[in-house]
Order: sequence, then C-alpha cells, then structure tokens
Amino acid sequence: MSIRSDITTLFEQVAKEQDRKLAPLSDDLGLLESGLDSLCFAIIVARLEDVLGIDPFSTAEDIALPVTMGGFIKLYENAAAGA
Amino acid sequence: MKMRQPAPESLWHRLSATGNLANRWLCGADASLSLEALTRASSLGSRLDELRGRSVLVTTKDQLPASVALIELDGIARRLILCPPDLPPEYVPSIIATASVDAVVGEPPAAEPRADSVACFVTCTASLAPGAPDRRAGEQTEWILLTSGTTGVPKLVVHSLSSLAGAIEGAVTRGSRAVWTTFYDIRRYGGLQILLRAMLGGGSMVFSSAREPVASFLVRAGKCGVTHISGTPSHWRRALMSQSTRGIAPCYVRLSGEIADQAILDHLRATYPQAYIAHAFASTEAGVAFDVGDGLTGFPASLTGELGTGVEMRVADGSLRIKSSRTAHGYLGSPAEPLHDADGFVDTGDMVELRSGRYYFVGRRGGIINIGGLKVHPEEVEAVINRHPCVQMSLVKARKNPITGAIVVADIVVDTAAGAPASEGLKSEILAACRQVLARHKVPTAIRFVPALEVSASGKLARPHA
Repeated sequence: MSIRSDITTLFEQVAKEQDRKLAPLSDDLGLLESGLDSLCFAIIVARLEDVLGIDPFSTAEDIALPVTMGGFIKLYENAAAGA
Repeated sequence: MKMRQPAPESLWHRLSATGNLANRWLCGADASLSLEALTRASSLGSRLDELRGRSVLVTTKDQLPASVALIELDGIARRLILCPPDLPPEYVPSIIATASVDAVVGEPPAAEPRADSVACFVTCTASLAPGAPDRRAGEQTEWILLTSGTTGVPKLVVHSLSSLAGAIEGAVTRGSRAVWTTFYDIRRYGGLQILLRAMLGGGSMVFSSAREPVASFLVRAGKCGVTHISGTPSHWRRALMSQSTRGIAPCYVRLSGEIADQAILDHLRATYPQAYIAHAFASTEAGVAFDVGDGLTGFPASLTGELGTGVEMRVADGSLRIKSSRTAHGYLGSPAEPLHDADGFVDTGDMVELRSGRYYFVGRRGGIINIGGLKVHPEEVEAVINRHPCVQMSLVKARKNPITGAIVVADIVVDTAAGAPASEGLKSEILAACRQVLARHKVPTAIRFVPALEVSASGKLARPHA
C-alpha cells in the first residue's frame, strides 16, 4: 500500500462514517471543497498516525499547510521520506 | 470551629443506645469481634485515657481495628484524622502539621515510619485487651477526612459526627439486624457512611480487605449474611464480572461516588431482583444530598429548591450546589480556602443537564474534552457505550490532535459472560449506538478493546489528567 492509496482510502472511509458527501478525489481538489470538515480531518490525521507512524502536522517545525488533496498527500510523502 | 458543649453524645453511646450488642459484630478478613465485648475491653490496650483531648491520626492498615478505634475515640479525642491505607507516606508530615496531630493510633509494630515525629503512639488491634474503659465523652470530636484527589496533598475536610450522620436519622430502621458491607474503605466518606449506618442503625458490618480479591470478598460477605451493600458504579461493574455476585442476596444495594448510569442500574436490577437499588449523591465536602430509588439514572428536578428537608440544592452555571447541615464545616489549614460560597452552598463540580423534569449528571467540570471548541463530557459518552449488552465498562478520553486540539477515543472492557468476541463487528455496533444519540464530535473516533480498566483506591474509574 502506498501513502497515496492509504490516504484516499481513509478519505473515503471517514466520509462514509461521518455521513459526508465526498467530492471526486483529485490532486487539484481543494481540501475545503472535499466535503470533509475539520472533525473528519482530525480523524484522518489520527488514523494516518496509527497507520504510518507519522504526524507531520505536529512534528514539522514550519510546515506550509496543504490546501489541496495533492498537497496533503505530498506532506505525508515528504514526512515519510524524512522519517 | 471548636464547639465545646457539655456531655456530647458519642458514637459509642449512640450505637449502644440501639441495643442488641450481643448479637452485633464487626468482621474483617482475618478477625471479628462482638460489639458487646467493647463494654469490657478496648482495642487500645489500657491507653484510651491517654488520648483524651488529643488530635489523633488513625493509621491502621486494616479496616477492622480502624473502625473500633473510631468507635472508641469519638467523644474522647479532640480530633480524629482518618488515614486511607493508600495514602502516600510523603504526605503524612504535612497532615500531622496541619491537623496539629499529637497522637497516632496504628497497628504494631509501634515503630511505624508514619508516626516517627509524634511522641504518643498507641497500638490498636482487633484482639481486645480486657479492662473497664472509661467511655465518658468529653469532646465534640472533629472528624477529618482526606479528599481523594489524584494530585497533590489531599485536602483535610472537617466533619462532626452530626454532619456525618445527618442523612442517617430516619433512613435506617433501628433493630433491623441489617448486615452491612461496602467495597469502599471506611476511611473514605462513602465507606464511613456505611459504618455509621450499621452502627447507628442497630446492625453489623463486614469489611472488605485490600488483600482480598473481589470474588473472595463477596463469598465471605455472603457467608456473613450481608443484607445491605454499597459501592461505586466502578466497584459494581468489576464485581458483576464475577459469578460471586450470586453468592450474596442483598435486600438493599447502594451506589455512590460516580454517576450511576442506566446500564449499571439495569444490571443490578437484573442481578438482584429482590433488592431495593438506590443511588446516592454524596461527596466528602458536600455530604449526602439525596438517594434516588426509582431505578432511573439522574434525579427528579423536584428535589431542587427549598423543600424543608434540611438539604437545599440548586444548579448554577451548570453545576449542582448543595447546602445542608451534612456538608463539611470547612477545610483545615492556614489559610483554609472556603468550602462554601457566600450563601452557604458547596459547589460539587458535578455538571447536570435538565431534560423533561429530570436532572442528569453529565460529568465533572474539570473533565471536559474540548474538540475544536465543542465540549464533551467523557461520562456522557461512556453512559451510551455501557448500554451495549456486551460492554462491561468503558473509559472515554481525549487523544491529542493537531487539527481540533483533541478527539474522543474509548477503551472498552468486553463482558466475556455475554459471549461476544471483541470484534470489528462489535466496534461498529457500539459506534452505531453512539451515532444514534450523540452529537458527531462526541462519538469516539477510535475504540480499543482492553482486558481491564484501572479503578482507583477510592473506587472510581482512574481518569487520565487532561
């Protein structure tokens, strides 16, 4: 499983659990337009920490917060590469 | 705080007045004694008189000698400080200083480290020494209870026999020959209430022991013919995991100290169909406020306001406030922080919500989890989880989160007797039940099945510090 597929699977899973309508996922998709709210992202970040063992939001010193799906995936890929 | 009045009525005199001493007893795990024996013998050797007017720290490990010391010393000592067995020794010097302790009562050997700095040490044992103890009361003894806070030096809470026994008058049928027991330690408010109910109500008492597994305790209690039993909901959830709960047939079951949720009340009703099941609200500071016996969680809103019952309750800023003659007199120490507000009410810190004419406890003020500005009381989520028939007990807590500050997670002990495996399917069922009644942010984002949950020495679910 790649980080990308872990993330997309989690987006779909959490959207379903939280009864949210998820927009079609693409790298250009704005996170605010994804249909997910901050609670959904909080859950996704927590589960990614469990799966990947990393939480780039808490560990990186000066991160540029991602605004798109592609940016979100990149943040995790970079963190995993640096870990 | 000192109220010296002529010829105070001591615990010994009041329990003697209920009569039938020959058929009443106190029973520990290793020893027992008849109350009648105390008419001609003492647990303190021949040294009872030495303790007159003193501030006495009672440090025995076992509950049986402690209970006898309390019975013998009320009205004799100026002050009794009840030391729970789990009290960290490093707190003892400050307690000795704050309470001006000038005598220690404990088990042999007398060279107890706890007592080093106090010159007068009196040995107390359940093997009574014959003699003719002079039981004339000369003091309105102050009873000092320690709060069971999890951090820092415990607070010293000042009570008197009359504030402690305020809820007992009329609540207990004299000469009932009740046999009481409790999962609590009698050095804590909840346990002391039971000792006093037994002693002032004409009954006997069985003590639990820290060295004894819950199942063995229940078997012993059953053999002693226990009729009245009390504990916290956590005590009961743990006890219900044992088949030994069938070994007792109480007619009275009491819960206090934590929120009694509907699940535990229903469980106890099913286990003891013949018993009167009551949940009480009481705290060391606020005293006993009320008992509810209708089998439902929470309490009727009609209990608030001025009812002429001697207890006045009101809700302010979401928390329950209590004013009564059963509340503690204050804290000991200098400067002592106020225990009551300007109107004489004690703020319990227990948050309640009014729904359809009934108040429901939702949690402690200090225990709130903040999910991106939205509040969650762990207890309200646990109450929902615990309703699932396969759940024995649960602990809801915060997990730190970079997006919302925190998210809600749950540790759950599965009821193995219910026959359900701790499976993903069970997780889904529990989460579905939560989603049905709780706001989204209150639903656990992760569930972990654990073999057990820690219960503190005071019988409450051990909660992580926020």
